[in-house]
Amino acid sequence: MSEAREYKYIGQRSIRPDGFDKVTGRANYGADLSLPGMIWGKVLRSPHAHAKITKLDVSRAEQHPGVMAIATYKDFPAVSSEAFEAGEGATDLLDLARNILADGKVLYDGHAICAIAALTEAIADEALSLIDVEYEILPHVMDVRDAMKEDAPLLHDDLFTQGLPEQPDKPSNIAARMELKKGDIDQGFADADVIVEREFYTPTIHQGYIEPHACTVRYEEKGTSMVWCCTQGHFDVRASTAKLLKMDLSKLKVVASEIGGGFGGKTTVYLEPVSLILSRKSGRPVKMVMDREEVFRASGPGSATRNWVKIGAKKDGTFTAMQARLCYEAGAFKGSPMGPGCMTVFTPYDIENAYVEGFDVVVNKPKVAAYRAPGAPQAEFAAEMVINEIARELGIDPIDIRLKNAAREGTQTLYGPKLKAVGLIECLEACKNSDHYKAALKDNQGRGVAAGFWFNIGGQSSVTINMNPDGTATLVEGSPDIGGSRASMQLMAAEELQIPADKITPIVADTEVLAYNGTTGGSRTTFATGMAVIEAAQDVIRQMKERAAAVWNVTAEQVDWVDGTAVNTAGEGRLTAVEICAGADRTGGQITGRGNINARGAGPSFAVHIADIEVDRDTGRTRVIRYTACQDAGKAIHPSYVEGQYQGGAVQGIGWALNEEYIYSKDGILENPGFLDYRIPLASDLPMIDALIVEVPNAFHPFGVRGVGETGIVPPLAAVGTAVANAAGITVTELPLSPPRVLKAMQSSSR
Amino acid sequence: MATVIFSSELQRLTGEEKTIVDAGTYRELVDKITTRYKDLERDEIMKMAVAIDGEIIHDPLLESVGDNSEVHFLYRISGG
Repeated sequence: MSEAREYKYIGQRSIRPDGFDKVTGRANYGADLSLPGMIWGKVLRSPHAHAKITKLDVSRAEQHPGVMAIATYKDFPAVSSEAFEAGEGATDLLDLARNILADGKVLYDGHAICAIAALTEAIADEALSLIDVEYEILPHVMDVRDAMKEDAPLLHDDLFTQGLPEQPDKPSNIAARMELKKGDIDQGFADADVIVEREFYTPTIHQGYIEPHACTVRYEEKGTSMVWCCTQGHFDVRASTAKLLKMDLSKLKVVASEIGGGFGGKTTVYLEPVSLILSRKSGRPVKMVMDREEVFRASGPGSATRNWVKIGAKKDGTFTAMQARLCYEAGAFKGSPMGPGCMTVFTPYDIENAYVEGFDVVVNKPKVAAYRAPGAPQAEFAAEMVINEIARELGIDPIDIRLKNAAREGTQTLYGPKLKAVGLIECLEACKNSDHYKAALKDNQGRGVAAGFWFNIGGQSSVTINMNPDGTATLVEGSPDIGGSRASMQLMAAEELQIPADKITPIVADTEVLAYNGTTGGSRTTFATGMAVIEAAQDVIRQMKERAAAVWNVTAEQVDWVDGTAVNTAGEGRLTAVEICAGADRTGGQITGRGNINARGAGPSFAVHIADIEVDRDTGRTRVIRYTACQDAGKAIHPSYVEGQYQGGAVQGIGWALNEEYIYSKDGILENPGFLDYRIPLASDLPMIDALIVEVPNAFHPFGVRGVGETGIVPPLAAVGTAVANAAGITVTELPLSPPRVLKAMQSSSR
Repeated sequence: MATVIFSSELQRLTGEEKTIVDAGTYRELVDKITTRYKDLERDEIMKMAVAIDGEIIHDPLLESVGDNSEVHFLYRISGG
């Protein structure tokens, strides 16, 4: 990081550039584009959790005069199993295709079977009923524990467990196993004065983005095809879609619309390849929009888990051993976030002896997608609940026991490297010194504290800054803005160029305008795309200095850049950015700065949350009384949007802890695919979330930035779980803590 | 000389927890350890991320490795 300096623009709470369009309704989202001659696509979905398709006859639908095209799995070019990087990490191409349209077998309620494009939405809906499908129903398995049994119904007869010492000879629902170990776990437990172990359950949950998946596409046989869609990563939509349909990347333009929430759920493709097939077959532009029920049944929720954790500690609170067995549901195809779960579960602590074993398991539910710090909330929930129980047993303050064991600079993580400077201790101290933590509780109220960790990532970003003849700038980035990142890019460019932020207009460009950009995810955008912005701005400054040097007939090295002005150090003369840009036509043409990077050195982020919950002893209803979210941002570029990330993560975590869950019937049918029955927290349910920003700079970023988008969802599960346990006098091992579950636990509590 | 520390998964293939490698670049380091440990497949290693002195790098092909560097291979991390 550059040496400490005063910032002129960074740290301001400027108005976001996209704000006016959004609050006035002018912003265009996924479903907002219509094209001349456009027709509508709809998907026929499985009514069964697991079944063989014995007959699929579309002939009656084809004869409907309003039907323009029908797509089935057979319309994909030949697809084989092949790992490729797209959006949320490595994806198997064959699994992706079979998830988008079933290949002879449906694997979950809502699994897409075929799609119809028709002149109107109503005709498309009507035509779906003309498709004749017959099924041979197969036994289904809905829970990770059941799916891991030897005699469980198998989803795939070609799935063999990876990561076992010996190559298995029988297929299994366990797609992968991994382990991490450090020190001597047996000796660690032998050294402990107190040992606590428990198994925890977390349910399938949804990211709960308000905007459903939507796209409008136009296939061009000879020219460039176009996809307009709501996504966190349009370059990866292009990569996945082109790979599936065997198209050249240059023949597919993907435009990212504004996005109404994603949280990891919009990092893959569902509708886009299907609508392109329909467009190709019909010769018409095609629009497809999921309804809310489809979003719940057939997009990618967050993984359900059954996680066992055992921790040993000395009487003084020093942890001597930490062990976990983490079982993650992947949904119908392999690829749960079991890996990051194993890598994060104990990272907040400096521990000598640890052992973690993880399992990635397929079940008859939709294929999971990323959800904010994927895998970490479930694993760290289990660890933090056990730590709070140990603290209670030993009579040690829950913040003090964490301070005693906290990871710090030099701590060797279980997943490998030693940590650089991190801010966990600062977060713990900020919470301990907060008014919130010192405030007294009333009857039937309880308090919970939990820590959380997420790695954050870097990755590829490409940015150009076009200087206009009047000295203003257009900042062209390729990272969809899901949390106010345009404002952050604007401030970082202003800081580097030293020109006013409101003279810089950031835009998110389509895939034809810029080189590849990684998906907005992994808390990477302000960090990585920000570094590309800085590089592009430095490129602009270099050229500005060269232009001024040419005017003064000196060398560029004899020109300084001060407060947005070129200063001649070899004589007299100052030229502002406005003056240089106005004369650019006479000094070599217009000025464009470029920054194309693959950012490394992402700074991990720790958080600590405090939750106060009140429990109604007659009904089991809970109420969040007060909540504080404290997190290390490295450097908060735009404090309001950093606070917004903390608050948003906390609210989603509170919902996960208190209410949210997929409820399936015994037949494996989702019973609550709507926001009335799948209850996310509303503004009226919660107090203002107090956000405390800690700033321990990331040494690898010019301004010290760490990603902040994900860590905030990690601590709430255990903070809320512990608060409810303390308020109600119960032992909490299962989420969500809905009123019936809390009431039942209170009625049978022996705690 | 860099110290390469293997995860428990990789230890199954190397039979040891760590090794010392004389390498100036990441490419050279991978060449040497895949020659030393026949069960370590170069393609699989090259798909992994790496942490060199605590800095996580997803695409390390052209990275240099210091005399006293500590190197860990990691699963690539994505996010939401």
